[in-house]
Amino acid sequence: MLSINNLHARVAEAEILKGLTLDLPAGEVHAIMGPNGAGKSTLSYVLTGRQGYEVTEGTATLDGEDLLALEPDERAARGLFLSFQYPLEIPGVPAMTFIRTAMNAQRKARGEAEVSAPEFLKRAREVAGQLKIDFDMLKRPLNVGFSGGEKKRMEIFQMAMLSPRLLILDETDSGLDIDALKIVADGVNALRSPDRAMLVITHYQRLLDYIRPDKVHVLAAGRIAASGGPELAHELEREGYDKYARAA
Amino acid sequence: MTLAAALRDRDVAQLPSRRDEDWRWTDLRALIRELPAPSPTAAAPAKPGPFGDLGEAEIAVVNGRVLGDAGLLRLAPGETRTLRLRFVSATAETAHGASLSISLGAGARLTLLESYEGLAAGYLADANLAVDLAEDAVLERIILAQDDEDAVSVSTATVDLAPRARLAQTTLTTGAKRQRLETRVTHPGQDAAVRMDGAYRVRGRGHADLTSAVNHAGADGTTDQLIKGVVDDQARAVFQGRITVSPGADRTDARMGHHALVLSDRAEVDAKPELLIFADDVACAHGNTVGALDEDALFYARQRGMPEDVARAMLTEAFIGEVIDRIETEAVRERLRSWAQDGRIA
Repeated sequence: MLSINNLHARVAEAEILKGLTLDLPAGEVHAIMGPNGAGKSTLSYVLTGRQGYEVTEGTATLDGEDLLALEPDERAARGLFLSFQYPLEIPGVPAMTFIRTAMNAQRKARGEAEVSAPEFLKRAREVAGQLKIDFDMLKRPLNVGFSGGEKKRMEIFQMAMLSPRLLILDETDSGLDIDALKIVADGVNALRSPDRAMLVITHYQRLLDYIRPDKVHVLAAGRIAASGGPELAHELEREGYDKYARAA
Repeated sequence: MTLAAALRDRDVAQLPSRRDEDWRWTDLRALIRELPAPSPTAAAPAKPGPFGDLGEAEIAVVNGRVLGDAGLLRLAPGETRTLRLRFVSATAETAHGASLSISLGAGARLTLLESYEGLAAGYLADANLAVDLAEDAVLERIILAQDDEDAVSVSTATVDLAPRARLAQTTLTTGAKRQRLETRVTHPGQDAAVRMDGAYRVRGRGHADLTSAVNHAGADGTTDQLIKGVVDDQARAVFQGRITVSPGADRTDARMGHHALVLSDRAEVDAKPELLIFADDVACAHGNTVGALDEDALFYARQRGMPEDVARAMLTEAFIGEVIDRIETEAVRERLRSWAQDGRIA
């Protein structure tokens, strides 16, 4: 589904990604682990098309289509979703309004009909129930005054509502206590399916106890330094990233 | 130096100019070389104004002449009323002025839906309101300015509050070639309260000036002001807000906020927030920000699937919407909701 080949990218003048290659087939969950500064967040922003992240070499395709040539919203309409490490506060826009506007924009881009208000509301109630989100919270301006955990839960809520095909979770576990982590992981696991793929970016192994990856990649100094099964995450937890940081 | 005096004496030398500190950003003298001919009489407009049929009665002031019963603007003690007051400029390239008095007896309550409607191009219009609120009276004043883009328009209200009276004002404007909407309040303290909000959405070569002065003369008064605005293209907005806390006006609570979005490199916002405090034991705060749309928020919305124009419109509407949200009368608030989107009334 997602195919990244020899990706080089820089932010300002600094080269952060230095030849990253990764293949993520549909139906799989891959974890990307790595020390601070390895380029984990840069990867998520390059894939989603954030301004200021300049690709200098290499390719990234989604089902064969050149992802890097598309606007951020076009990527979203094709099913790419990023759960932000630091979700933004949007004053004055109720969460429901925000998500519905996004959903309808995506549908319009795909040539589909807009979602009706009752249909949207019904779905929102269902998903909110699953994620134990107080429905009244959805009427409040998105993320404004929410705790770190609430914001992360709201990211998963948006993800479930928008039903993307390629999911990137950027440090979704940070700021979560163990109960919130379980709820978030359950929400993510509920989205696992043969036609979806997930990239789980994390610094710690803890999240991977709840969202079990098919593969684990170590990102160090801008490229994949090692790949393996779930056991690799445990090894990293025991031994740290030192050996990869040194090798790079 | 006022526009009213210049019109009365047909004398451009009396126009306010940059030599008056309060007019330095809205210079009329340099703009107007010659006064246009006086406006002729004109009939009341056939079309309803932007407030539609809200309220019980309408007073139209067309080309400076009052059509309708201006006596309705004097409320007896305890009376409650909702009125539309329409200042209509109907003849191009002509000049007119009008003066009206509004008085509320003790405990009276007026919701005033005041509109400035440009139905012709290039006029010069002046409006003066003298407003007097007796004890416990409440005036909610909603001002919607829809002047022509080639017009020069000035509106000045002078408001006198008695103890425990309350003025709640919201001004919405899209500007004009040059436009100033000014409110001056004499505030007695003594549990009288002022809310003085406004929003501007100016584009093209438009100019909007929101100027206010609130003078707290006695103790225990509150003033709360929130002004938000958006300028685009080569537009210019001016905010001058002055709150004076006079000696003896202790325990005054005054808050002022002005926040502007500048959407184009050639647009300009000039802001002068002033808190002049000559009393002790007061709570006064002001905040003033001028900036662009938050790029991070914009990217966040785009990552969720919104094209750039949709995301920008949503964030801009939300920014302005905060001012609309503070309008107290629900029917009016809902009617003006669409203004936050694009400066129009749906």
